Amino acid sequence: MSVSPLQGERRDVAAERNHEELAALKADGYNVLVDLTCVDYAPQGRTPRFDVIYRVMKFDAADGRDLGRVEVHCAVGDAPVLRSARDLWPVADWLEREVWDMFGVRFADRPDIKRLLMYEEFVGHALRKDYPIAKRQPLIGPKSGEKANSPSFNILKPTITGE
Amino acid sequence: MTTATPDLGRKTYMLNMGPQHPAMHGVIRLVLELEGEIIRGVDCEIGYLHRAFEKHAETETWNNVVPWTDRLNYVSPLINNVGYALAVEKLAGIEVPERGQYIRVIACEISRITDHLTCIGASAMELGSFTVFLYMIKAREFLYQLVDQLTGARITTAFTRVGGVKGDLPADFAEKFAAIAVKIREVVSESDKLLTKNRIFVDRVAGTGVIKKDDAVAYGITGPFLRSTGIPYDVRRAHPYLVYDRFDFEIPVGSTGDNFDRYLCRMAEIEQSLRIIEQALQQIPAGKHSLEPKEIKYAYELEDMGKRGDTELIEKYTAKVDQTLEGMGNDTVGSVRAPNRWATLPAKEQTYTNIEGLMNHFELIMWSWGIKIPPSEGYFAVEGANGELGFHIVSDGGDGPYRVRCRPPCLSIMAALPHLLKGAMIADVIPTFGSVNMIAGELDR
Repeated sequence: MSVSPLQGERRDVAAERNHEELAALKADGYNVLVDLTCVDYAPQGRTPRFDVIYRVMKFDAADGRDLGRVEVHCAVGDAPVLRSARDLWPVADWLEREVWDMFGVRFADRPDIKRLLMYEEFVGHALRKDYPIAKRQPLIGPKSGEKANSPSFNILKPTITGE
Repeated sequence: MTTATPDLGRKTYMLNMGPQHPAMHGVIRLVLELEGEIIRGVDCEIGYLHRAFEKHAETETWNNVVPWTDRLNYVSPLINNVGYALAVEKLAGIEVPERGQYIRVIACEISRITDHLTCIGASAMELGSFTVFLYMIKAREFLYQLVDQLTGARITTAFTRVGGVKGDLPADFAEKFAAIAVKIREVVSESDKLLTKNRIFVDRVAGTGVIKKDDAVAYGITGPFLRSTGIPYDVRRAHPYLVYDRFDFEIPVGSTGDNFDRYLCRMAEIEQSLRIIEQALQQIPAGKHSLEPKEIKYAYELEDMGKRGDTELIEKYTAKVDQTLEGMGNDTVGSVRAPNRWATLPAKEQTYTNIEGLMNHFELIMWSWGIKIPPSEGYFAVEGANGELGFHIVSDGGDGPYRVRCRPPCLSIMAALPHLLKGAMIADVIPTFGSVNMIAGELDR
């Protein structure tokens, strides 16, 4: 199958080198992080089990042309070896949170990363292949009697601006 | 975060906006840190509408994922259907016949118009123009009726199949569309008169929610939000898919990247989408059915004929089926679906009247028997109403996806929202959030 320009050339990069590679790509003009996602290959017995995919685009901001795309694949396991790409593209912040939330992939320089879609009390990582689709989660909220210090309200503390 | 005002021991306070808030359509929670009415910090919490689309998709067969895609961007479900089907077809190496491609383009553009009408209408309502909202929802209703005739449902369309679309265009679709296009143009022009020079509206949207080109690029923003900054990026033009390279249409761009430009971009795009549909209806190649008119019989009568063994007579008739199955007969199915028998369902007459058709149908429907796509991985994107809607699909050779990743165009815009709101007034939250056109179904999946 020929590689379409939308998909771009595939590059397999060691997980420790992910930031280095992405920074080099950015310096080379790949200025848009289109997507960041992950695939869990545990049932296929692959080690390390996760394949984290960065999709970057060389974008001509003057006339809106897509000058080419690259797909960076990093194989990672449970150890936090990937480095965050937040400093290169601010959108990586949310995308990394989603990858952590859904797959439990850690980023070495984000030890206190927060979930994006699920709530803080959620147990496990839903898109891992060993997470059963019908799994029930423990009940949270007022019924459990736990009201004070509920983590979902923690962000109400005025910590956003650090003042 | 730096502020221009010197610190005189001022105190900021927190305001929780959402997830259920009358001025915020869609469930999302914004936690604002306010200094008077000025926003100093924003935290945005999403995920309230997470329905595990990606997890569900892994448990379904290739075709059974299509109904789930309706629930992504539920204001323009047809674009999601088409985007997913194109991604799967790319992996499978299937090419849809031209008529099917044109029908997909028409469906996509109808959806784009409904999406833009909803976005403008809802934001206008939140800024006090209830009339515009009613006008636009009225126009959207006409289109929903058209979608209903085309797909059998107004919103949960599930219109595409791997290798084609559900059925052919209904009878006199072009005439019906022409009548509706007039009404939509009227509504757009009326709304334009009500809003574009209306001071109450313009004062709220002009100069608020401004995003710079560099920031938009850094956040990976696409769609009308990016075009409002003056960058004419559109997947339909940058990577033409289907038959988009055959149409004459413009890509409206703004200049300042504020809420007003986004409103103008969307208004202009409605007109461009109408133009695309009109051209598509002119260019669309005729299906087989226009060659020889056939007698129409109820499907059960054909079924009886098949049981009696009158199979050669069956060719003379077209099956009259339930409204939701219209356009799936022998006469049209060949022109809207790929000829690959291993991937596309046979015409209804075949299923009803002969054993080969029935077996072909069931082999495609049955679990672990259906379409099998060789192990591969691919990404495909279409221009959604909010920007680049991408699907990254991994196949392990089974009858369903191993992994489906949907790249929601909203997510990058919402990730940039805190950046847009910092330093603005609290009243600016409403127009800025409105112009993001956040669709929680797509954002949270």
